[in-house]
Amino acid sequence: MTARNRELLGLIPASLLVTAGFAAVFIERGSLSQNELSDLSLTYGAIFLGLCLGAHIFLRIALPYADPYLFPLVAVMACFGLVMIYRIDDTLARQQAQWFVVGLLLFAATIVFLRDYRKLEQYRYVIAAGSLVLLCLPRLPVVGAQVNGAYLGIRIPGVMVFQPTEFAKLGIVIFLASYLRDTRQVLVVGARRVLGVTIPPLKHFGPLLAIWGMAMLLLIVIRDLGSSLMFFGAFLALLYVATNRFSFVLIGLVLFGIGGYYLGTHVPHVMDRVDVWMDPLNVQRYPDEGFQIANSLFAQADGGLLGRGFGGALLESPGGSRILPAAQTDLIYALIVNEVGLVGAVALLIVYLLFVERGFKTALLARDSFSTLLAVGLAAVFALQVFVIVGGVTNVIPLTGVTLPFVSYGGSSILANFVLLALLLLVSDKARRPA
Amino acid sequence: MSVPIVRLFVAVVVLFALLVAWTSRWSIFEADDLRANTLDKRPLFTALRVKRGAIKTEDGEVLARSVRTRGGIYERDYPTDSLFGHPVGYAKLVTGELSGLERSRNDELSGTTSELNSIIDQLQGKRRAGNTVVTTLDPEAQRVATDALAGQAGAVFAFDPRDGAVKVMVSSPGYDPNLVNTREGLSPLNTDRENAPLLDRVTQGAYPPGSTFKVVTAAAALDSGKFTPDSTLDGRSGRVVSGVPLRNDFDQDFGDVTLTDALVQSVNTAFGQLGEELGKATMADYMERFGFYRLPPLDYPDSQMIKSGLRSDGRLLPVTSPSVDVGRMAIGQERLLVTPIQMAMVAGAVANGGKLMEPRLTEKVVDPDGRTVKTIEPRQYSQPISEETASELTQMMGRVVEEGTGTAVQLPGIDVAGKTGTAEIDVANDIAQPWFIAFAPATDPQIAIAVTVERTVGGFGGTVAAPIARDVLASLLER
Repeated sequence: MTARNRELLGLIPASLLVTAGFAAVFIERGSLSQNELSDLSLTYGAIFLGLCLGAHIFLRIALPYADPYLFPLVAVMACFGLVMIYRIDDTLARQQAQWFVVGLLLFAATIVFLRDYRKLEQYRYVIAAGSLVLLCLPRLPVVGAQVNGAYLGIRIPGVMVFQPTEFAKLGIVIFLASYLRDTRQVLVVGARRVLGVTIPPLKHFGPLLAIWGMAMLLLIVIRDLGSSLMFFGAFLALLYVATNRFSFVLIGLVLFGIGGYYLGTHVPHVMDRVDVWMDPLNVQRYPDEGFQIANSLFAQADGGLLGRGFGGALLESPGGSRILPAAQTDLIYALIVNEVGLVGAVALLIVYLLFVERGFKTALLARDSFSTLLAVGLAAVFALQVFVIVGGVTNVIPLTGVTLPFVSYGGSSILANFVLLALLLLVSDKARRPA
Repeated sequence: MSVPIVRLFVAVVVLFALLVAWTSRWSIFEADDLRANTLDKRPLFTALRVKRGAIKTEDGEVLARSVRTRGGIYERDYPTDSLFGHPVGYAKLVTGELSGLERSRNDELSGTTSELNSIIDQLQGKRRAGNTVVTTLDPEAQRVATDALAGQAGAVFAFDPRDGAVKVMVSSPGYDPNLVNTREGLSPLNTDRENAPLLDRVTQGAYPPGSTFKVVTAAAALDSGKFTPDSTLDGRSGRVVSGVPLRNDFDQDFGDVTLTDALVQSVNTAFGQLGEELGKATMADYMERFGFYRLPPLDYPDSQMIKSGLRSDGRLLPVTSPSVDVGRMAIGQERLLVTPIQMAMVAGAVANGGKLMEPRLTEKVVDPDGRTVKTIEPRQYSQPISEETASELTQMMGRVVEEGTGTAVQLPGIDVAGKTGTAEIDVANDIAQPWFIAFAPATDPQIAIAVTVERTVGGFGGTVAAPIARDVLASLLER
């Protein structure tokens, strides 16, 4: 069976899932008759399948050799997210669906205009600089938007609150893949061993320290531990793959640990987050900064093994106030555990893990260093994003405002992740193309 | 670069395993602790969407029901207003404030079932709904008792001594439980310290029992075998008890009297002598057998009941404490503070041949389909006295009503056994606490009752409390 036919088959479960999901939400609401129920659910399923088929046909023409599983996996995530958001609010789901259409267009555009993605290497410093500017924009007055004490958004009136971290993560991965392709040899060759630890040469150590400094600066500038961890983690992953020196990772982790500890005990906003993380059910902090994480945990406990079913979780008090804040964005994973239980949540995590696996597989198959490093970087930053937000929601790490890729509501996240998918497919198509 | 890529993937798998572990931690392993956390309002809000069961009488009169309001949320409605305010209580689910039966039977009313059952129900597509609680209370007698108290602060408690079924539970002043749904709720009632309408005087009112306690002393005297109904006691006024002369009412001198006459005429000095001769240990033993020093075994919230006994600075004081004047305690003085339900239990034990049955407000629990899911079986609480002692006491208490201090309770065609009490509260201003405990018919007891009225000026148990008991007994027995 050809790769594209596998992909086509892979889309079937996603379409069934979206149909069944909408049907479940309608039943829970009890607002529709039996006929309307099947008609409307099938309509949503059909539209979704139509969009996916369109993208699939496009891939058949543009990237016939690309990995067949990446796109169906994304379709599963996307339809899961769409049902979840629809269950919270119809209007939000309609907007989210519109973002999907725009995302698919951007996806197609990326594939058409970046056919030779290695052109990106020429612009690496421009891309790096642009990413840093993007990251700092939210701190600027007027356009900047502060959410829960972190500076993560740029307000574009009437359209959206643009989240630059989503795009900056791509830029930084592209830059690092390109930079490390050049320097990975010298980093290893010039290294000395001190007390059994491999230390890279000082000359090249500088840029790495600069990247560490940047991650710390991010912590201070955007005050967000999660994004900082995501960027720095992707950097370490790429550094490790490029040099095969675990000691570099160790040094990086120690440096990040020291920096994180200092900031976690000195920057008030970060300190609050750490306090809440240490004691999520503290009674004094509950009404304010502890409200999100405590209710996240309560929602998960409410879900249990099998969950309460789509539409079964309680989101609002009878008075209309939210008891699960940011349910459509940051805390959507808590809602997922609440409604489809541990079983459903683990299934979703497996979908993410499969996606990451396909990303790494693409890296293994790639025939040049830049392609390999790019695929590794994209897969790693994607995995870390999932870890940062799910880890935050489950209190493995302090909770920060990052989206769950393709599932959380939000235009920037959808657009950026479709670009990420496009880049992975581009690398994959090139790698698997018969010579 | 393939080896580090594989290792990196292993690292990602480890990170994801961490996520699975933590998700399991909250959703499975620590889920029970989290669900029990009071910060979490989910169980409460979920309860609002469940149709809570009704509280009904055996005749089907509705005392509490849930009415659907906007947003699919149910609100509690109490059709009988203030009549059953205390025994039925109130349920304000938004804040989790519950009282009375609404609280003690909350599990049944809210339809709380085990995790397994709820999963089964979910699979069967059943909507959760609460069960109906059928109470033993008698609305007509409850009305009669409320009317008879006529707004005076006080309490009436009547139950069937044979099976513990509570028929009347009135605490006055009452309150309207429908107020919990109003904007200011119950807070104005909470702050009304003078009338304390939320205080359930039946189970929380701590009053000196006066001479009604002589029934306990007489029970101890007879049952211990040291005295008979014909034993001769010293009824002279001014007899020295614990070093201080004790006077009879109106300083009356009875000379030598039998135990029966001492009870019929409520002779203080004779009972003071009894108390001293029986001693603290025996008195303590019999009081505990009747339920003193323990919470009443009623299906009612523990926080709305208090223990009867000697109290010093609000704390319970053992009868055997050196400072206790057992002679004065034997006539219901000293620092003895009792609840009306406790005194009704004393009457009920005597009425039922010495066997004290647990008073209960619930008859049965019925599910939404009309099936009885639980029947509350009568349970014996204790046997404080022998059947013989009970029968002797019944005769003595019968004479109290025939010829003694309790003639006001006489009913045509029904023989009543009882005991009056008038506890002195403020001698200078002639303020007292009248009491009456009784059961009827004396030959075949069906109802045991305790009545008390707070701070009456110039009144006696026989003139203030006994007529109320008569009305309630008439209502319950003459049908």
